[in-house]
Amino acid sequence: MRAGTTATAYSTALLVALLATIAGAATVGPVSIPYATVAKALLNATPVPVGVTVQGGLGLELANPFSFDVAQTHQLIVVGVRAPRIVLAAVVGFALAAAGTVMQGFFRNPMADPSIVGVSSGAALGAVAAITAPGVVVAVTGPLGVPKGVGIQTAAFVGAIVAAFLVYAIATEGGRTPVATLLLAGVAVQTFLGAVVSFLLVHSGESIRRAIYWLMGDLNNAAWGDVAVATPVVLVLFAALLPFTRDLNVLLLGEEDARTLGIEVERTKRVLLAVGSVVTAAAVAVAGVIGFVGLVVPHVLRLVVGPDHRVLLPTSALAGGIFLVATDTLARSTAATLPVGVVTAAVGAPFFLFLLRRREVHEL
Amino acid sequence: MIRVEDLTVSLGGTHVLDDVSMAVDDGEFVGLVGPNGAGKTTLLRCLSGVLSPDDGVVTVDGDAVGSLGAREASRRIAVVPQDTQLAFDFSVRDVVAMGRTPHRGRFDRASSEDHDVVDRAMDRTEVAQFAEKAITAVSGGERQRVVLARALAQEAPVLLLDEPTASLDVNHQVRTLDLVADLVEDGRTAVAAIHDLSLAARYCDRLVLLADGGVVAAGPPERVLERATVADAFDADAAVVDDPVTGTPAVTPLSAPAWSLDAHVHVVGTGAQAGRVVTTLAAAGGTVTAGPVPEGDAVATAASGVDADAVTVPAFQGVDDETARAVGDLAGPAAVAVAAGTVPAAALHALPDSMPTYATRDATLPDAVDPGDRVALEDVPGLVADGVRGNATADEGVPRSLSFGPEDPPVDRRDVSDPRTTDD
Repeated sequence: MRAGTTATAYSTALLVALLATIAGAATVGPVSIPYATVAKALLNATPVPVGVTVQGGLGLELANPFSFDVAQTHQLIVVGVRAPRIVLAAVVGFALAAAGTVMQGFFRNPMADPSIVGVSSGAALGAVAAITAPGVVVAVTGPLGVPKGVGIQTAAFVGAIVAAFLVYAIATEGGRTPVATLLLAGVAVQTFLGAVVSFLLVHSGESIRRAIYWLMGDLNNAAWGDVAVATPVVLVLFAALLPFTRDLNVLLLGEEDARTLGIEVERTKRVLLAVGSVVTAAAVAVAGVIGFVGLVVPHVLRLVVGPDHRVLLPTSALAGGIFLVATDTLARSTAATLPVGVVTAAVGAPFFLFLLRRREVHEL
Repeated sequence: MIRVEDLTVSLGGTHVLDDVSMAVDDGEFVGLVGPNGAGKTTLLRCLSGVLSPDDGVVTVDGDAVGSLGAREASRRIAVVPQDTQLAFDFSVRDVVAMGRTPHRGRFDRASSEDHDVVDRAMDRTEVAQFAEKAITAVSGGERQRVVLARALAQEAPVLLLDEPTASLDVNHQVRTLDLVADLVEDGRTAVAAIHDLSLAARYCDRLVLLADGGVVAAGPPERVLERATVADAFDADAAVVDDPVTGTPAVTPLSAPAWSLDAHVHVVGTGAQAGRVVTTLAAAGGTVTAGPVPEGDAVATAASGVDADAVTVPAFQGVDDETARAVGDLAGPAAVAVAAGTVPAAALHALPDSMPTYATRDATLPDAVDPGDRVALEDVPGLVADGVRGNATADEGVPRSLSFGPEDPPVDRRDVSDPRTTDD
């Protein structure tokens, strides 16, 4: 079977599975709502483009074609309370697994994850600063023309991008960015930023609980606004990654071989690194640091669909969405409502070890 | 047409290539030979544009390789690297198809032409039968052919190969180089680093001998592979003979014996055993002469391989007076003569009367000759390390030697009270 066909077949199946998981997750909660009701409520809320408006700029004219009969409270619980969190989990899981796949291929290193170039640490510093020391943030942003400071998400996003760029700049010499140097620079910067975050936490007082929840990855405060911002960024950048999947395959042969096969290695690396980092940053900004999704999901999918990135990237991304929706549902249905990052790590780490013992995770 | 001009490359502070210039014409098969660390791989990396030289320039069809983009360079030059990292489960077909990368746009799907080219490349390299196997599941030799197929799929006019036969068995070594030679026949240009000098000489139109980062010799194999040049470049003694099977130079490195020789020794006898005695004595450092030897005999080949003078006679023609005189002249200054291999009586009789002559243990002597005690070559008095010349004297008791003269019947030297030496 050709790669394109394989990718389409797997992706379609996983997309269906993702939608089913989302609907399934929406039935779970303090109020149990039947599957059919959930499906109707979600369809009621799904806008469909019906035309194009040109008034005041080009826009899509949307309408909700469905009007199933659903109890008002159920409609509200499903669409207003549960759906944003679940959809955000899907988007974040999708983003992290996609970025993880790219980073593992890029670094030819099975331990690479989306945060390897310091994205999460930078985001953590931004977010923790915004939570625990808003005064400091204002002091930084004031001279830049943002006198009131910025929200947690924005601070996290900016921190992530700055950290990634810093790591890249440190590792680059004479237009070349050796992967090994990048890896080590990433580790060093992560360690340093971790120290700063720890310092902030020690002096955080009241807000420490919020900061820690953020650091563990938490979807508790998910809102449609987050979905609306993160989704387009993630989807557009994901689409930008797809044409590079063949390059990723060739890069697996080693950079010299890739160059003799016609890949502009340094340029491709820059693109992959930049896009992968922004995708990760968008996810981390809205969900906090959620570990293990970007590490484990690509490995599992590689065992199933093989190493070809044309198949691996879309399937990993969709599976990442499924994985995070499932684990987040688990997280919010526990008595203590755990942060989702705790659950992904608690579920992911043993599973990863199982794979490690079983076979071939040592190879990429 | 590839031109290399004044190429200088330092890696980690060491000059790996120093002012190297060479040219490769279209349709030529050029072999890069030389000892480990001579810079063969570095030169190939410069040719492919992967490595930018510190100084100098590599041009392909007039364009500097460094200024071509990766895509354009890869359409002109395909590389078969020495080792490819392939530790993942791509199918053989997938790996070969990666060779099409330079011909496909970012958004192109594989065309039917791509599939055809991949299929042809796999047929030609005989990997088609395991096309669907995982690359991690094939043997080292098969993998090497897969990488060659990948390079073929690139359809580039120039093929660079780094030790293409290093991990192959003899059969696949020859098959691989046959294939490359075929491709060159079809009009491609090939530059290959090849360790095995004999294989390089057999297949390449021209050889470039690199040593210490510079070009030591370049030209047709028989000119480059001269014994002195090879010995110099590799810092090792070698016999260079015309391989009777391939008709091309064959280089056989000689293992230096534990003992050394500083004397002139004349070898008499025929066949492979005698040939080995010639090369062994030469490898030990002695001046070796031989004869009479039949033309085309192993001794004649060995003697020419180590640049030893020999009196040759047409095969089956016996030794006439003129030949005997020539042998006498050639062997005259020798300290001793060694009879080895199959030794015809006429050959023994051609030696000067006074020549102390020893037979090796496995020599086949004429019936009329009493061989006395046979000796291992290194035990022949007069050959061994120190005080070589004239050691074959009475104080050794001069056992185990034979003497022949035209009139005298062969006698056991133990019967002779005063053995002769030719030292002064």
